[in-house]
Amino acid sequence: MNAIARQLSGLRDWVDERFPLTTLWNDHLGQYYAPKNFNFWYYFGFFALVTLVIQILTGIWLVMNYKPDGATAFASVEYIMRDVEWGWLIRYMHSTGASAFFIVIYLHMFRGIMYGSYKQPRELIWILGMLLYLALMAEAFMGYLLPWGQMSFWGAQVIISLFGAIPMIGETLTEWIRGDYVVSDITLNRFFSLHVIALPFAIAGLVLLHIIALHEVGSNNPDGVEIKKVKGEDGHPVDGIPFHPYYSVKDFAGIIVFLMLFSAVVFFAPEMGGYFLEANNFIPANPMQTPLHIAPVWYFTPYYSILRANTVNFFFIDAKLWGVIFMGLGVMAFFFLPWLDRSPVKSIRYRGGLYKTVLGIFVVCFLILGYLGLLPPTENRTLAAQICTVIYFLFFLLMPIYTKLDKTKPVPDRVTK
Amino acid sequence: MSDDAVDTRRRRFLTGTTVVIGGIGAALAAVPFVSSFQPSAKAKAIGAPVEVDISKLEPGQRIIQKWRGKPVWVVRRTPEMIDDLKALDGGSLRDPESVESLQPEYARNAWRSDKPEFLVLVGVCTHLGCSPSFVPELNAAGVKQPWKGGFFCPCHGSQFDLAGRVYAGVPAPTNMDVPPYRYVSDTRIVVGEDKGDAA
Repeated sequence: MNAIARQLSGLRDWVDERFPLTTLWNDHLGQYYAPKNFNFWYYFGFFALVTLVIQILTGIWLVMNYKPDGATAFASVEYIMRDVEWGWLIRYMHSTGASAFFIVIYLHMFRGIMYGSYKQPRELIWILGMLLYLALMAEAFMGYLLPWGQMSFWGAQVIISLFGAIPMIGETLTEWIRGDYVVSDITLNRFFSLHVIALPFAIAGLVLLHIIALHEVGSNNPDGVEIKKVKGEDGHPVDGIPFHPYYSVKDFAGIIVFLMLFSAVVFFAPEMGGYFLEANNFIPANPMQTPLHIAPVWYFTPYYSILRANTVNFFFIDAKLWGVIFMGLGVMAFFFLPWLDRSPVKSIRYRGGLYKTVLGIFVVCFLILGYLGLLPPTENRTLAAQICTVIYFLFFLLMPIYTKLDKTKPVPDRVTK
Repeated sequence: MSDDAVDTRRRRFLTGTTVVIGGIGAALAAVPFVSSFQPSAKAKAIGAPVEVDISKLEPGQRIIQKWRGKPVWVVRRTPEMIDDLKALDGGSLRDPESVESLQPEYARNAWRSDKPEFLVLVGVCTHLGCSPSFVPELNAAGVKQPWKGGFFCPCHGSQFDLAGRVYAGVPAPTNMDVPPYRYVSDTRIVVGEDKGDAA
């Protein structure tokens, strides 16, 4: 026993002289001090990482049988579902993983907003996270074309046409993206390439940067106090505990529950009533016929609602371009949160009623926009979407004002329970 | 070999020129990668005109023909449908005279077609490229009034009359495009070229 332990530590020393293995382990896990008051909301970063691994793993296996070809793509997905051993499971894990990824990311982002995790000194973590969110949206959008069903085709057609609204270069730009005058086999091929090579690389790289930046400044916590301000004699924050084993154990307990829920969807409701896999996507792509009701997958619907809500020409710009502009701004607005928020406190625990109300209204509006985006447009729904769009943007535009006016409570020096 | 004094000006000059030359090189190297995204020669070649047989088209009906990968519609309008177009000329349309819209000269008229009876349109919404549904019924549900039959886009609720003219207050900015076309005979239309040159 002792002999083996000595052998192993010898091996570790041998590696450490050639590669900073122990240093890396300690910097990021063994000696990384995280605040001791993490709560439920702090699971989602780890869940996102696990979901990424699921997507990469199942994706590698899907590519073994998928054919990125306009003539055979649809059939190859059905082949995976029916004829490939366990193909159905791998594909359902991948399709469920896409939705799970967005659920987890939206909750992760909401955590950041709620506890002011984007505020100084964590602006770069937030920006890297937002870049990850953009890359994830691109990844999901391009992946959705690959089954080459009706929703794949018309979804891509609509989203690519968005770029056509840009004056002067719009038409050329859409042709450049599609590589053709319509969404075609050529488009499918390049989206496949970007979906399986370019974007996964970008996402993996951004995840690395996101974590390096986080471990440099240290994690925020539900109290929004900097634990590094109060250090013990050993030089470690008194309110911090080593990530491993304390939070590794916590995260693994959480991931068991997450995987149980994930499996329940994979095995019992992989289509989720048409929200995770849309009914129209079981019909092969037909460029001659738009399905009677098209809606993007649920995770894009809030922005889709904002796009549709613009029906008025004003200021020399037509409604179509306004829709595209507002949709883009709707996503980009999050980037500016660190500078829009002028509150002296980070966490919602020490903010006043004004901020809590505004944030609550924003969340409700975001959900309503998401819901409306799933439904076909009517006059009343368009009006509701317009109201919510205005509130959505007021949340960002007025943030410097209401965060200043908000009556905050004093923040303690140390974390609370 | 050298004095201990470092010539920082020379060093900055060398760094600057290396960055500029390297940058130009990188930009030039990016050209083939960016250009490779453009439509290939093969994609450009698939754009030949197509012929449509309209002999079996009944009044009030529509047929769909694929041209350049897009749906092209031919609608045979009834005399009532043609008369109804005038009723919409008031404030309900965004571009009733087709000033800002795309159509050949011979289709820049009240009915947006060469012969009033036959409407030829690219069946793609000018908003974001969905293909609108053909809704000839006068009492269709969920459409903006006054409705005299036309096309309704399921994606974002844009609507067009039976000449492909866009209604005001919907997301689509212009009327639906009319492709170049000509009559080979009374019952056959060629889409993709007109009396003059091929489009």
